[in-house]
Amino acid sequence: MTSAPLLRVDDLAVSLRLADGRLLPILSDISFTIGRGETLGIVGESGSGKTILSLAVIGLLPESAAVSGSILFDGKPLTGLDDKSLCRIRGSRIGLIFQEPTAALNPAMTIADQIAEGIVLHRGTGWRDARRQAIELLDRMRIDQAVRRADDYPHELSGGQRQRVGIAIALALEPELLIADEPTTALDATVQQEVLGILTEFVREKGVALMLVSHNLGVVAHMASRMLVLYAGTRMEAGETADVLGDPHNPYTRGLLAALPGRTGRGRRMASIPGTVPSLAHLPPGCRFAGRCADEIPQCSQDEPAWRAFGAARGVRCLRALTTESV
Amino acid sequence: MIILMIRRLVGLLLTLLAVSALIFLVMALLPGDPAAIMLGTSASADTLAALRQQLGLDQPLLLRYLQWLGGVLQGDLGRSHTYGVPVAGLITERLAVTLPLAAMAILLSVLIAVPLGVTAAAKRNGLVDLAATLFAQAGIAVPAFWMGLLLILLFSMQLGWTPAGGFPGWHAGFFAALHALLLPALALALPQASVLTRVTRTAVLDVLDEDFLRAARAKGLSRRAALWRHAVPNAMVPVVTMLGLQFTFLVAGAVLIENVFNLPGLGRLAYQALSQRDIIVMQDVVLFFAALVIVVNFSVDLSYLWLDPRLRSGKAFS
Ligand SMILES: Nc1ncnc2c1ncn2[C@@H]1O[C@H](COP(=O)(O)OP(=O)(O)OP(=O)(O)O)[C@@H](O)[C@H]1O
Ligand code: SF4
Ligand SMILES: [Mg+2]
Repeated sequence: MTSAPLLRVDDLAVSLRLADGRLLPILSDISFTIGRGETLGIVGESGSGKTILSLAVIGLLPESAAVSGSILFDGKPLTGLDDKSLCRIRGSRIGLIFQEPTAALNPAMTIADQIAEGIVLHRGTGWRDARRQAIELLDRMRIDQAVRRADDYPHELSGGQRQRVGIAIALALEPELLIADEPTTALDATVQQEVLGILTEFVREKGVALMLVSHNLGVVAHMASRMLVLYAGTRMEAGETADVLGDPHNPYTRGLLAALPGRTGRGRRMASIPGTVPSLAHLPPGCRFAGRCADEIPQCSQDEPAWRAFGAARGVRCLRALTTESV
Repeated sequence: MIILMIRRLVGLLLTLLAVSALIFLVMALLPGDPAAIMLGTSASADTLAALRQQLGLDQPLLLRYLQWLGGVLQGDLGRSHTYGVPVAGLITERLAVTLPLAAMAILLSVLIAVPLGVTAAAKRNGLVDLAATLFAQAGIAVPAFWMGLLLILLFSMQLGWTPAGGFPGWHAGFFAALHALLLPALALALPQASVLTRVTRTAVLDVLDEDFLRAARAKGLSRRAALWRHAVPNAMVPVVTMLGLQFTFLVAGAVLIENVFNLPGLGRLAYQALSQRDIIVMQDVVLFFAALVIVVNFSVDLSYLWLDPRLRSGKAFS
């Protein structure tokens, strides 16, 4: 690619201050890019830092967060920007869909108003006009009888409908970048497909770049052209989705792949990786995946393996990767 | 929810009935013969007996209660013995002082407490938060009438900004009347505002962590806009609840404050009626206060429906 990517994250590290005053590193050594109109899938188990990464990009981390590294949006740094300038970008140029649609909607405000609010704010439209646009959006999100439902409060909708409202809010101003933080995790399996379908349709039509966060490798495989694998706050593997899934170099990626339903053929979410993600406060020395890794060697517990880039935009973090192929 | 409200209304009416019986009983059992107190020690036995009969004191307790209650239900509050006028008129007249006083006190309390509590929560551990904490502690320690005396000392005696007491009446001009009520209203409001500040702060802190606030910011709202448009409306239920609870204390406080500031309000009427054993006035005024408290509490319940749409079920009805 010759033109600069829409989003460029370099060496991002995020720490959060705990109640006792200590700084707990949550993310470290995160770098990736997203081109205009491109979909990047970010996968990782629960607690790997996906939500923190999403919030870091849109600049909405808790106030106690310490951030280093750089985030370039459309060539300009977001890190270090004052809140006023960020407010102009948030909602209008970068949209965010939340993991929990129920929690992300104001219980005391009608859904049309919640969608219209951003339009009024960024476009300076009157409320009446913005509400009409909101109803159109609801209609596009395939909410039945959008005109009648517009004055509903969030509690009057189903989970799937609420997330469609969430999508409508995030896409109301046709942002260039949409961050979708596990947009369907909280939904019933039956409505997940439909909501993802609506999301994909809109994103394709408007040429929106999508940062699709998920712990579901299947969803990412289906929707993303490139992907990034996170584990315990750092990246383990990245590259074109087909390459990463076709020839995974990191044992963690292989583990995720093996845990995919259909691969084992015995029901859903079968052979998940044994053990759990280590607490970020007590990371093992050396590789973060040590202790759960099937390919572990004693050396893995000594130094944290460095990130190594190779091939066409691929990269991996593992002591044992690339030892045979390259060099 | 509608059924719940009707049930609550019936409950409140029954409470009011019980309160009326209690008031009546307390008044009847108050030591001292009202007739004797009214006539003084020199009265002859005959005149005393005549007055007792005129007051209906010679009749059985239950009958007297039912007569009073029946009258009240028909809108006849009886006649004051000391003033010689219908009690209903007395109450309306005095209400013209007490009602604006209470309204002003509530308004001041809200205008002080809500911005202070919200700011304290938003800038937690900041200077405003510290000030709010000090204010809350001071307010709990200082009762309204004491606050009233302090305010008189400061604003009337020292600075001469406001009258130290008395009420010129509404015919003296809207602002003159308002001016006279300002200090007593402030004396009532400050202790209440201190508690309300505390409640507001806690309630706002509780919603500050909610995802929907972050979602509001993700739309591009400034911190301040997200706070006032999304956090505050969702923090109002506990605040309104506290306002309702405080109303009872406001009524009690008004009785004291009207005496401190020498205002011809309902509280002062109650106090005078008590010292003169004007029993019917006492009963009516206390019953009126009780009804007021009950109506306010019911309105608070109703306001929840407005504040929290989740409580409004049955869209089909609308
Ligand atoms: N406000 C916070 N204070 C302290 N630690 C936090 C805070 N928010 C998140 N964390 C920690 O940061 C780590 C990453 O959290 P994050 O929510 O980003 O994970 P995630 O990948 O989104 O997980 P999930 O799939 O469950 O949503 C977790 O260990 C979590 O406990
Ligand atoms: S470095 Fe070692 S422990 Fe870590 S993923 Fe590679 S093989 Fe497994
Ligand atoms: Mg998450």
